[in-house]
Amino acid sequence: MQRFALIFVPYLWLLALFLVPFLIVFKISLSDVALAIPPYTPTLKDGVGPFIAALDFENFAFLTSDDLYWKAYLSSLRIALFSTLMTLMVGYPIAYGMARAPEEWRPTLMMLVILPFWTSFLIRVYAWMGILSQEGFLNQFLLWSGLISEPLTILNTTTAVYIGIVYTYVPFMILPIYAALERLDGSLIEAAEDLGCSRLKAFWLVTVPLSKNGIIAGSFLVFIPALGEFVIPSLLGGSGTLMIGKVLWEEFFNNRDWPVASAVAVILLLILIVPIILFQRNQQRQAEAEG
Amino acid sequence: MKQLMLSSAAIAVLATAATSEEVRVYNWSDYIDEALLDKFEAETGIDLIYDVFDSNEVLETKMLAGGSGYDVVVPSGTFLQRQISAGAFQKLDPAKLSNKGNLWDVIEKRTAQYDPDNAYSINYMWGTTGIGADANKVTALLGDDAPLGSLELIFNPDNMAKLAECGVHVLDAPAEMIPAALKYLGEDPDSRDPEVIAKAEAVFTAVRPYIQKFHSSEYINALANGDICVAFGWSGDILQARDRAAEAENGVDIVYNAPSEGALMWFDQMAIPVDAPNPDAAHKFLNFILDAQNMADASNYVYYANGNKASQPLLLEDVIGDPAIYPDAATLENLYTTTPYPAKVQRVVTRLWTKIKSGT
Repeated sequence: MQRFALIFVPYLWLLALFLVPFLIVFKISLSDVALAIPPYTPTLKDGVGPFIAALDFENFAFLTSDDLYWKAYLSSLRIALFSTLMTLMVGYPIAYGMARAPEEWRPTLMMLVILPFWTSFLIRVYAWMGILSQEGFLNQFLLWSGLISEPLTILNTTTAVYIGIVYTYVPFMILPIYAALERLDGSLIEAAEDLGCSRLKAFWLVTVPLSKNGIIAGSFLVFIPALGEFVIPSLLGGSGTLMIGKVLWEEFFNNRDWPVASAVAVILLLILIVPIILFQRNQQRQAEAEG
Repeated sequence: MKQLMLSSAAIAVLATAATSEEVRVYNWSDYIDEALLDKFEAETGIDLIYDVFDSNEVLETKMLAGGSGYDVVVPSGTFLQRQISAGAFQKLDPAKLSNKGNLWDVIEKRTAQYDPDNAYSINYMWGTTGIGADANKVTALLGDDAPLGSLELIFNPDNMAKLAECGVHVLDAPAEMIPAALKYLGEDPDSRDPEVIAKAEAVFTAVRPYIQKFHSSEYINALANGDICVAFGWSGDILQARDRAAEAENGVDIVYNAPSEGALMWFDQMAIPVDAPNPDAAHKFLNFILDAQNMADASNYVYYANGNKASQPLLLEDVIGDPAIYPDAATLENLYTTTPYPAKVQRVVTRLWTKIKSGT
């Protein structure tokens, strides 16, 4: 009984917070747009039989008829992938430094990583607008120091989007890697060095593989929200930055086409969930093979 | 789920009944003198909850989703018309609007094309979409005969190539920009023919490299600070930029002109959602806004013209006397209005706009 309850709780969680919302969105993606409240048809008020009969995959077919959609998916995938790699490159050294710091410093360092969350995400992104703009702090500083003679155009470009995503999500990368590195047994590295490894080689052969789970967890935590990101590209990016979040917004708000917007969202979810499932299955198989 | 929503609504109703009466108003940002909000509360004893939005699309999505919880909302004409057909609003009760006689028939006649007989809405403010320019900078670049009041300024690539140096912003609103481009070509700005609408693309492609940004609110500050020298935007916003620049005494001299080829005239209408929690208080708010003195205070503050005839003697001279706010009869003749795009055409317009902006 107790065991049943233990399994039941996470499944209930999954059902209420993932499956039910997904089914609602999936159902809308099979509907047709209508000028009504809510702005699609059919609804369950029409009766179950006609309701099911009226659903079709037309909206998914529509998505293949315009190259805007796959270009936006690809562009989002590229931006999410590169920003995950950049976040890893920035986050790993920080996590490593934290894990290697004297024990009494660690809570303070941890605090410093978490502290920015106390300010609203939106305000922090707005602050970047102030830093990156033509008359912003960064250009002022570079002009003052004589490194550049003309202000750089960073705001409203894809570069600004990368900066925004890396900045916003770096704590999500640091925390899992730090958790993995902190548990790392220092004597293993000593052993590697005793056996003739250089420090760099010991890092590659011992530290990195042992923090693999942290890297993977951190990468997922950054990649998944970055893929559907809307706020950062709309505030920091220019009109040339094509991302699926923006396309979704336009379908929903400008075209008032909830069914097509839902179809875009369902595909986005599939793009995310298929690699995750494959990855998990692979992990399980590995665990079984080792066990 | 529905039951859950009903019961939480019931709780909300009980909670409000237990305290005092509330009215929730959802209006455009920077669009009222906040002293009026306090005045309403003092006069009626109703708690006023005032939220703001900055795009018709956001408001419309809330209306079509239903259950927004607002008692008064302020969509623009074309959006109002579509939301009325979706059944989003309730008819106004004239018996509760004793100040309705203050309305201006000239404007009511025009708003009736969106809201027949003005049964669902009252006009709050109206204005035009046109060109704001930093006169000194533009004449320095284009000479003294620069076409400050013509669409030539923003759609002729020769002019724009020179203006790019000092910065040009245009609205990120296809429903305003595409009619302007069609007007420039001499086409019907209110066309729903996808082939005619497609002609706007060439106009924008020619000037796209010189447009610094598509945005619907940043130009106020950018013009006032002198960061840009030309903006295609809403009349009152550009006049606000003019006043901010004058206050800052930074030497920036902004002028607003409705394009001589014809300018889009728009109307922001106050309406009551069909599921408004407190329609009674909503009518009280509308009647308060219809009061001549209150409406005059609002216009004197935001520099937009209103649809209230009785408020006109109470307006400041630099509001009623400014042809950029209250155009003369000849200009008024030259203003055009648009009607909502059907869903299929809307999709063509949105897609065209994405292509113009991003090149994809």
